[in-house]
Amino acid sequence: MPSHTKSTARLGDRVFSNLSKGSGIALLAIMAAIAVFLAIRAVVAIRANEGNFLTTFAWDANADPPYFGIAVLLFGTVVSSVIAMVLAVPVAVGIALFISHYAPRRLAAGIGYVVDLLAAVPSIIYGLWGALYLVPQLTGLYEWLDQFFGWTGVFAYDGTPARSLMTVGILLAIMILPIITSVTREVFLQTPKANQEAALALGATRWEVVRMTVLPFGRSGVISASMLGLGRALGETMAVATVLSPSFLINASLLESGGGTFAQNIASQFKEAGSMGRDALIASGLVLFLLTLLVNGAARLIIARRKEYSGANA
Amino acid sequence: MAKRIDVQGLTAYYGSHKAIEGITLQVEPRSVTAFIGPSGCGKSTFLRTLNRMHEVTPGGRVEGRVLLDEEDLYGPGVDPVSVRRTVGMVFQRPNPFPTMSIYDNVAAGLKLNGIKYRKSELDDIVEKNLRGANLWNEVKDRLNKPGSGLSGGQQQRLCIARATAVEPEVLLMDEPCSALDPISTLAIEDLIDKMKAQFTIVIVTHNMQQAARVSDRTAFFNLSAIGEPGRLIEVDGTEKIFSNPSVQATEDYISGRFG
Repeated sequence: MPSHTKSTARLGDRVFSNLSKGSGIALLAIMAAIAVFLAIRAVVAIRANEGNFLTTFAWDANADPPYFGIAVLLFGTVVSSVIAMVLAVPVAVGIALFISHYAPRRLAAGIGYVVDLLAAVPSIIYGLWGALYLVPQLTGLYEWLDQFFGWTGVFAYDGTPARSLMTVGILLAIMILPIITSVTREVFLQTPKANQEAALALGATRWEVVRMTVLPFGRSGVISASMLGLGRALGETMAVATVLSPSFLINASLLESGGGTFAQNIASQFKEAGSMGRDALIASGLVLFLLTLLVNGAARLIIARRKEYSGANA
Repeated sequence: MAKRIDVQGLTAYYGSHKAIEGITLQVEPRSVTAFIGPSGCGKSTFLRTLNRMHEVTPGGRVEGRVLLDEEDLYGPGVDPVSVRRTVGMVFQRPNPFPTMSIYDNVAAGLKLNGIKYRKSELDDIVEKNLRGANLWNEVKDRLNKPGSGLSGGQQQRLCIARATAVEPEVLLMDEPCSALDPISTLAIEDLIDKMKAQFTIVIVTHNMQQAARVSDRTAFFNLSAIGEPGRLIEVDGTEKIFSNPSVQATEDYISGRFG
């Protein structure tokens, strides 16, 4: 009897297979379309640019000839996001650990709910709160920083309303806290119980259990969560545009007003921009796009480096 | 090394559910005691009360006394963390730390509680315990590879080395072979036989031949109905339990005429 090795695919299988294949291709196509669109328009603007796209401290893209550069935007975006990460990640990991391993169950549920709620607040609300409440509140802190660390230049402060990169960084930290916390919490909760019990049975205290099992197991998850947060910080528009008092110069002090970010600059200049002005903004958008890709790639590298030790193949 | 366990009237709860009731039992130092009984009779719960792991489960609490030599593990002011350093445990499924190398797994318990060891001391302890767990020859060339890359039986012996490295007085084993193939099981049983010279060993098993092979004494647990607390039916020399038990229920269970 001849054996039939070829299996006949069922209709449902074929439909589902094609659907998922189609979704995957659509995603790649959309990504490519965005990249191509950004690249074509960016090239037009960069060709016409009279200034140096990377080093010029100005944004006169509507002038003829246009004269603009992204140095200030790149600096402002990176610095405000780094400040946000430095402030938010440790706090988020702390909150996540408290929810997953320390708080009584009811309290944990309550805090988890509040954290998720924070993520649902629209960014313009954060912007208004930041501009109207946070800015005046920070004056005291900045004066203190100026008194003790002002000599470094980085923390010099002149007493004007603090619509600065530091304020933006603090606000961004609050905004990205919920996403980092909730992803980190989920990862921590998935630490295998068997490993936590193994640590307990060796005579580990609660903190030692966390250090031996939860943190190493959740390491790649914390990195991924941080990257999600960083992505949001890099691209945050309305809150930054509302709080920051922009100017095209790089201020040595992080506490004094001035500077700008890619997204904020696009939002504030788009309305008055002519055709060339729009293309110039798109060119800056392309740089932000590349920056995000770079950051994500770096995060993947970090995660992959110790893959065989991750909890995934336990 | 190796202490006597003296359990007096122990009852354990999960919330309001009484899991085991009124257990009184002695375990001699440097002997192997096997706990047998049907699923749900509370033998694993009882085992976990012996190193205060039961209370890790939400709602888990205990009444009664567990004396280790003269010291009550549940006495006021006794730190469960120090109890667990004295009474080690090996679990049903091998659970090496996935983020650590083989070496670090064995050394894991030694790095707790702030005690500092020199590298050479640590090397010696790791080698001694891997040899003790009959694993040294298989892993000595890849001590820095992750422990999760070993076979199930090797992982379980790694867990035994990890538990013995902190030099406990008592070693509790909760069905340590139930996830292993017969050859790995044999390796663990040989190991138990060797280790009883040094430790007091208590092993929970579903495998009656295993209980007969490795233990000096056997305790039979049973429950009268589902939802009722498990009780100790009888404990005696293993030979006696398997040839001529005093209680009919034990004989029924052992001869497979159970239920």
